Amino acid sequence: MSTLPLLSLVVFTPFAGAAGLGLLRGASPAASRALALIFSLSTLALSLVLLGGFDPARTAPQFVERHAWIAALNVNYSLGLDGLSLLLVLLTGIVTPVALLASAKAERDSRLFGALFLMLQGAALGVFLALDFFPWFLFWELSLVPAFFLIKLWGGQGATRAAYQFVIYTIGGSAFMLAGFAALFVATGTMDFNTLAQLAADGSLAQKLAAFGGGNWTKVIFLGVLIGLAVKVPLWPFHTWLPPAYAEAPTGASMFLTGVMSKMGVYGFLRILWPIFPGPLHDASCWLLALALGGVVLGAWSAMRQTDLKRMVAYSSINHLSYCLLALFAVSYATGRAGPSSEAAAAALSGTLLQMFNHGLSAAALFACVGMLEARTGGKRGLHEFGGVRTAAPIFAGLCGVAMFSSLGLPGLNGFVGEFLIFRGVFGLNAWAAAIACLGLLATALFLLTFWQRVFHGPRAGATTGVFADVQPGEYLTLVPLVALMLVLGVAPHLLTRLINPLVTAWAGHLTLP
Amino acid sequence: MNLSVQYLWLIPALPLLAAGIGALTPRSGKAIAAGATIGAMGLAFVLSCGALVTALKDPAAHLVANFTWFELGHSAVRLGWLLDPLTALMCVMVTFVGLLIFIFSTGYMHEDANFTRFFCFLSLFAAAMLGILIANSLLLLFISWELVGLASYLLIGFWFHKPAAAAAAKKAFITTRIGDLGFLLGMLWLSDATGSLLFYDAGKGVLETSALTALVTQTTVGGLAVSTAIGLLLFCGAAGKSGQFPLHVWLPDAMEGPTPVSALIHAATMVAAGVFLIARVYPLMSADQAIATAPLHALSVVAAIGAITALLGAVIAVAQNDIKRILAFSTVSQLGYMMLALGVGSWVAAIFHLLTHAFFKALLFLAAGSVIHAAHHEQDIRQLGGLKGPLKVTFATFAIGMMALAGVPFVFSGFWSKEAILHAAHGWNVSHLPFYAGLVAVVLTAFYMTRLVAEAFFGQARSPASEHAHESPAVMTVPLVLLAICAVLLGFLGTPYWPWLQHTLDPKFHSEPGGGGLMVTSIVLVALGIGSGWAVYGRRLRAKASAPDPIEAKVPDLFAALAARLGFDELYAATVGRLNTFLADAADVFDRYIWDGAVRLLAGLGQFTGNVTRETDENLVNGGFDATSEQLKSTAKTYSRAQTGDTHGYLMLVALGFVLLVLAVMLGGTR
Repeated sequence: MSTLPLLSLVVFTPFAGAAGLGLLRGASPAASRALALIFSLSTLALSLVLLGGFDPARTAPQFVERHAWIAALNVNYSLGLDGLSLLLVLLTGIVTPVALLASAKAERDSRLFGALFLMLQGAALGVFLALDFFPWFLFWELSLVPAFFLIKLWGGQGATRAAYQFVIYTIGGSAFMLAGFAALFVATGTMDFNTLAQLAADGSLAQKLAAFGGGNWTKVIFLGVLIGLAVKVPLWPFHTWLPPAYAEAPTGASMFLTGVMSKMGVYGFLRILWPIFPGPLHDASCWLLALALGGVVLGAWSAMRQTDLKRMVAYSSINHLSYCLLALFAVSYATGRAGPSSEAAAAALSGTLLQMFNHGLSAAALFACVGMLEARTGGKRGLHEFGGVRTAAPIFAGLCGVAMFSSLGLPGLNGFVGEFLIFRGVFGLNAWAAAIACLGLLATALFLLTFWQRVFHGPRAGATTGVFADVQPGEYLTLVPLVALMLVLGVAPHLLTRLINPLVTAWAGHLTLP
Repeated sequence: MNLSVQYLWLIPALPLLAAGIGALTPRSGKAIAAGATIGAMGLAFVLSCGALVTALKDPAAHLVANFTWFELGHSAVRLGWLLDPLTALMCVMVTFVGLLIFIFSTGYMHEDANFTRFFCFLSLFAAAMLGILIANSLLLLFISWELVGLASYLLIGFWFHKPAAAAAAKKAFITTRIGDLGFLLGMLWLSDATGSLLFYDAGKGVLETSALTALVTQTTVGGLAVSTAIGLLLFCGAAGKSGQFPLHVWLPDAMEGPTPVSALIHAATMVAAGVFLIARVYPLMSADQAIATAPLHALSVVAAIGAITALLGAVIAVAQNDIKRILAFSTVSQLGYMMLALGVGSWVAAIFHLLTHAFFKALLFLAAGSVIHAAHHEQDIRQLGGLKGPLKVTFATFAIGMMALAGVPFVFSGFWSKEAILHAAHGWNVSHLPFYAGLVAVVLTAFYMTRLVAEAFFGQARSPASEHAHESPAVMTVPLVLLAICAVLLGFLGTPYWPWLQHTLDPKFHSEPGGGGLMVTSIVLVALGIGSGWAVYGRRLRAKASAPDPIEAKVPDLFAALAARLGFDELYAATVGRLNTFLADAADVFDRYIWDGAVRLLAGLGQFTGNVTRETDENLVNGGFDATSEQLKSTAKTYSRAQTGDTHGYLMLVALGFVLLVLAVMLGGTR
């Protein structure tokens, strides 16, 4: 085992890149882009090193770094990596460079763009690796700053409003979470996730909180943390900030927001809410299941009504992420009940993790495709503004088609495996929820095929009538890696599942209420 | 030659490889794409024959090769291959018919700009279809099933620049997906109830005794046995794929695809996948037969739906004018027959009819393709006419296909397979209604096929297109001849006098005596259908394309209703379609006004509170405070010089500061 602080390197290399870009005032746009790309690739390179040293059989965090930070407050700088974190670090490593490449062409002020992007990347990685609430929350909030500027400065017409709404709404949610953790800290004296989870598991957390503030205190704190995370994912109906933010952001930022940042919320649910508040989560699981179903079904139906393609893809993200939450809530719902097997729970949780990864790939690819439509037509992205793109650009149509079918869960592509496992698990835990969620599958197929039919099929029309180039060399670099992964992971999901199966098995094996 | 079950995967893998080659071949590489596709299919045919040899050594055995796809929890998701006579016979049929259709396509699609893409999609289809046949896992079957749906989508919409083709492709995908949701739920339920999705797995498979016993003894909503509920859910998928009422609406529209596609996918193979699925899981479907008191038997529903579909398809076919639509509704009707056979307990009769139908319906579609090719893409039978002269081979082979479909006795295969179905339906002790529906459909089938032949091939040419028609090249006619030969010979594998096929598929099969009277009845009915068809359309041949149909002249309302396919499309648009639009609208309005409105209201409230406090402050705050604030202001001005408004600077400082902070902490922490 090397003594290098690998995880710190993973987190801070992008920040170093951002600082470097900030210092190099005279760098040309091309040099800035190259530098940003190289630094963003560091995550992928380092995660391959991590893969080499990672032992899937150990479910505890690995590569742990732990230093006292603010001793008086028992705040630790503590990083660690388990299968869940590894999956998301890999995803970040793949999506960030690809998103930077997708934005390479049209962005003004490449230096600032690259610096902000690297900051965003570093903050996301920090969230996926921190094991103590204090650094975790710092990264969590820090990610909003670059995201805000990326949307506001490079976004479309409504960008300012969308950026404000996005940031204020998320901060508003986070405030509740911060307050909740402050209370937790006062009651327990720690902010370490693992310690808190252990306290929760043996029931002493509830006692301490009750002693601190009364019987309902656990529920109040749970609600605070829940709101913070629910806004971030987002859980229906806390989702209204998402479509404008994703739609107004520049292509690369949309890709990152949906590919990586949307996973931060789900990660929070898995890392914080579920282990620390198993009891309250179980008590609320009926309602939460209903909300997740709302996201699955109504999210897909809302997507059907969108005429802005980016808003449509944004809604499909709401739908896809709601599957993740549906699975988690179903597991929580079934905890402590007789009947459901740990096999179903393992399927549901594996599905959640795979879905996070797969959605990152397919949604990023879809945003990249809409970006390519925009780049060719001076920013057009209306559902009715195209026609016959498949005639004009068959290769583009082929690659976009793979991404679309991956998104609608076609077997043989990556999206299916995660969705199948989620449905397999949820059916065993709460059959009715699975049956209702099927409507989401149907509606997804309906709006994606409508998108496909309007834009790609029919005679060339609207914005497609003029010159319409097929995929350019630089664009291959964006789409081909994503599409190749969709094909590979659809056939060989064990490449991912072997990393997470022991962890998921352990989770599914300890389904008890305190 | 033998092909052991371990290598069964080669059969779909070869076309899949060809699909990959086709996808990467540039448009100019027609020979490469077609060569790879045909070569792979030819090899797959040889391998399928090898598999058949292996399977026939012990027809009762289910040879399996299972393997782990990926680990899940303490167990694993397993897939596998299965070789038994059902698999092997279906593989031989699909590869052989597919091969002939591929060869035909090289002629038919010769001038298409996307020729290579076409063969890529055909190969993809073949691979997925063969995957369905060799799957020993419901999950693998489902995966292949959906890929078949994808290939069908791509091929129906092959001429995607035509809006009608693009719409038909989407309609097919969505309609079958509705059925597939049932399939998915059934599969989930089965997996949850048994912990496995393998069909045969040394006693632990879902089609083996212990799992079936467990499924029958558990009950669920409404007193149904769990096996019944799962069976009905799986049947939803089968009904979607096989164009059964009420999900039949996509199949006629699928005729927007190139005609070889209609022959291969929407007549011979894919649409039969639903029938195959039910035959494959027959032990599960029929498990509830053991409980006589069950409120509902899964197979009774299958029989009812099959009977309705058989009748419905035949009735609507009578009033269609497009040569391909007539054949499409005939396919719907024939698939109904197969489901009927499954429902009344004779899965071997269903598979027998599936096999004969694959040959004669592929023949009919390819011959129709030859007609369309010769007549410059004219598909309206009123515009055709007089083609028996110029298109001799096409006419002769079409006539053989027509007689096989109509069930002309003794010589033609369709007679024997349909006879087997009617025989089984007659012996069904639950109800005789399916049997009568089948008999009526016999008359109608003979009638509408006679109409089609009389209108298209007899009389005089009624349009310039049919006047200038000339016979298709040998690459198209030779497959027709081969299929015609099969359409005759295949029937002799399953006659009551030598039921080889039945015994091979099901070694426990025993033919029941006393089919003679039934046979006479159906011969009379076929004669009645052909005779009346000829009396109406053949004796007085159509002179002008615009002349009304004789039936239309007699009962215009009925004819119009049938021509409009009894309004199913309109009904669905008015109900399901409108509900869907309404829900989408509602979801969108909720988002825009209720949820977002609530957020904006909250933000507005915050702003309002801010304004109120500001006003209060300004009015109540006295001069002393003002002076203090002046002081503050000037100090702030000094500080605000640091605020350059340069976002570069800000962000650089934020990033730098953060890095420094963490570095300091790390260094401090290690001390």
